Amino acid sequence: MMQATKTKTNGVIEGYVAREPKITIDGDTAMIEAQNVYYRNVNDAVRQVIADGAKTVKLLDINGQRYIGTGLRAKGVKIEVNGTAGNDMAMFMDGPAVEVFGNAQDGVGNTMNAGTVIVHGDAGDVLGYGMRGGKVFIKGDVGYRVGIHMKAYENHVPIMVCGGKSRDFFGEYMAGGMLVLLGMNSQFEGPLVGGYLGAGMHGGEIFLRGEVEPWQVGKECGIFVADEEDLARLRPVLEEYCAAFDMPIDEVLSVPLTKLVPISHRPYGKLYVYV
Amino acid sequence: MPASLIQPEFKVKIDYDKCHKCGRCVQQCGWGVYSFNERPIPDDTKCRACHRCVTYCPAHCITIQKNDLAFRDNPHWTPALRKSVWRQAESGGVMLTGMGNDRPYLNVFDHLVLDACQVTNPSIDPLREPMELRTYLGRKPDSVEVETDGNGGFHLKEGTGVSNNIQLETPIIFSPMSYGSVSLNVHKSLAMAAERCGILMNTGEGGLHADLFPYQDHVIVQVASGRFGVTPEYLNRGAAMEIKIGQGAKPGIGGHLPGEKINREVSETRMIPTGTDAISPAPHHDIYSIEDLRQLIYSLKEATGYKPVGVKIAAVHNVAAIASGIVRAGADYVYLDGFRGGTGAAPQIIRDHIGIPIEIAIAVVDQRLRDEGIRNQASIIAAGSIRSSADMAKAIALGADVVAVGSAALMALGCHLCQGCHTGSCSWGLTTQKAELTRRVDPEWGAERLTNLVHAWSHELQEILGALGVNAVESLRGSRERLRAIGLDEQTCKILGVKPAGL
Ligand code: SF4
Ligand code: SF4
Ligand code: SF4
Repeated sequence: MMQATKTKTNGVIEGYVAREPKITIDGDTAMIEAQNVYYRNVNDAVRQVIADGAKTVKLLDINGQRYIGTGLRAKGVKIEVNGTAGNDMAMFMDGPAVEVFGNAQDGVGNTMNAGTVIVHGDAGDVLGYGMRGGKVFIKGDVGYRVGIHMKAYENHVPIMVCGGKSRDFFGEYMAGGMLVLLGMNSQFEGPLVGGYLGAGMHGGEIFLRGEVEPWQVGKECGIFVADEEDLARLRPVLEEYCAAFDMPIDEVLSVPLTKLVPISHRPYGKLYVYV
Repeated sequence: MPASLIQPEFKVKIDYDKCHKCGRCVQQCGWGVYSFNERPIPDDTKCRACHRCVTYCPAHCITIQKNDLAFRDNPHWTPALRKSVWRQAESGGVMLTGMGNDRPYLNVFDHLVLDACQVTNPSIDPLREPMELRTYLGRKPDSVEVETDGNGGFHLKEGTGVSNNIQLETPIIFSPMSYGSVSLNVHKSLAMAAERCGILMNTGEGGLHADLFPYQDHVIVQVASGRFGVTPEYLNRGAAMEIKIGQGAKPGIGGHLPGEKINREVSETRMIPTGTDAISPAPHHDIYSIEDLRQLIYSLKEATGYKPVGVKIAAVHNVAAIASGIVRAGADYVYLDGFRGGTGAAPQIIRDHIGIPIEIAIAVVDQRLRDEGIRNQASIIAAGSIRSSADMAKAIALGADVVAVGSAALMALGCHLCQGCHTGSCSWGLTTQKAELTRRVDPEWGAERLTNLVHAWSHELQEILGALGVNAVESLRGSRERLRAIGLDEQTCKILGVKPAGL
């Protein structure tokens, strides 16, 4: 057992007492106590313990600190977040596995490259914006602008599954990958999803457990019922999702799934005339 | 009915008496103007007046002329407007074009003149005396602390000076042009020249090709709404990062690289499949406020160990307030792009009618930041048609720290401003991905020409500073007293903070 505490100032808001978190190392597990610690010090500590060889990082008492796992490049590292993760968690992340026992705020998996994020709760707006790879699994509801401009490239195929309901702009501008909405673990009264669903979509696929009204769907999408082939692709993803949250897959698949795919990879190809 | 009512804009004339019938013009023209049947036969309708064939014709027997068909006079309905109506009646499309705004709006730079010393204070000869052009890009501290060195002198106290700034040997950088909109050889030329001149090039929003890794300390990596090629590795390679909010040629609208330009290498660098359109949404969907912008700035800093982050915006009506918000959001520089800035492709109607001149934008932003006491917190980069060292000196006197050049850099590489960049067939091999065209630019040749241009402008800037009687570009920055206006109205002079000549 080793304990480390040090103090330094790093330009936080005036009057704020900069604190270093208490770090406890046990083998290749590091525990970081984040109560009242500024996000920069929390994230410095995370990077430091990983650089020192930690394979599991447990963050305690997280209360809205931003940028957890942001820009982290590490394979085989697990970060466990206890509390409410702040904005832009796992942004630009490349490799680690982050699991949140609580809710997450906006921007989870923003421009993420690789790795996995599991949130045992709800999450906010703009999840997976421009996400290029890895998986984001949210147990509950999500907000607005989820999965905008997700894109795939060769063996980078981003996957996001949300267990609850979503608001407007789900999958807007989508360019690649897979986006799934189940509508199961929800606290919302309203419909499964809001409007502008898949608006401007030009790649990838969206699956919805249940039906949507045509007015909700962007004009660039074709609406289908998921067939056997689709389900064969979906099943391993849903199995992994269900394992993470201990949900029965049969119940997930008990309702027909709606599939949205773009009509064209070049939705605006005919819009222009050259001068 | 004729297929089109629109007559060719140019006439390609060949003096067949001199022509060698060598066929070089056929091969040089990117737009396929020529066919060959014992002698070259031009199709005038396709010519864009890029002068590639003219330059390479060994017999100097090609002339490109304006097809000056007389129209009934009507200054309200210019021939160009009539043609636009016909073109849209034929196609129903949004007119797409390339390069910068070509409308004859008032050019403020051309109505400003610089001062010089006479009699009462001596001018300086930059050839024989030191003349400092070195410029630091980034946030400057609110105050510095000095301590005595014990010998009657003073020096800066450890750790209190300028930190995290990028040192530029001259206040010129290359403006963002993405790999995809321009060719890889153009990117290489810019990167090599940036290294040689001690300045920066900018990736634009298309990612960083591996061939540019050796020059990464002279590269700004851009993060635009499409997030193409943006990975932690990309961010960490750059000397600085830049959030692209807007572009002077197309403020408020997104980018759209057509599928034809997405070949295998471009697709690798952008990390998207070949042949699909690369669509950059109009806004960043994670930025709907200054608070959101701050969040992105700090996420980029968190991901890179706190490297400088700049924010590029188009100069629009409310630019001063927006710039103030950007500085307060934590940006290390604000990049202002005026309405004459170039583009690889933009709807003509947007390019020609949206935004304000860079001259005005610099003046109001500099003044606003000074009034608010935050001018030191960020550098100002000015762009949007800086055409010469005179424009550069005037931009600096109005309040810019650094100017960025895009169109002028392309011209150094052969561009003739034919406005055909969006077609992907640039005869000069610049704004194209066709291998037979891109190989026309040898990066070594390109780097030398760009280096020459930067050096020439730098020498001229030194001459201007010498005439002004100052020995550092720092002393000209925001020094509007050294500018006078000729033929500008009172209100414009007031906004610029410049007196009319004679006062
Ligand atoms: S487009 Fe350029 S190369 Fe082609 S004919 Fe016209 S001037 Fe010559
Ligand atoms: S390049 Fe000049 S000389 Fe050669 S064929 Fe063309 S016009 Fe004739
Ligand atoms: S880059 Fe090429 S296509 Fe664009 S204006 Fe210049 S010469 Fe014409």
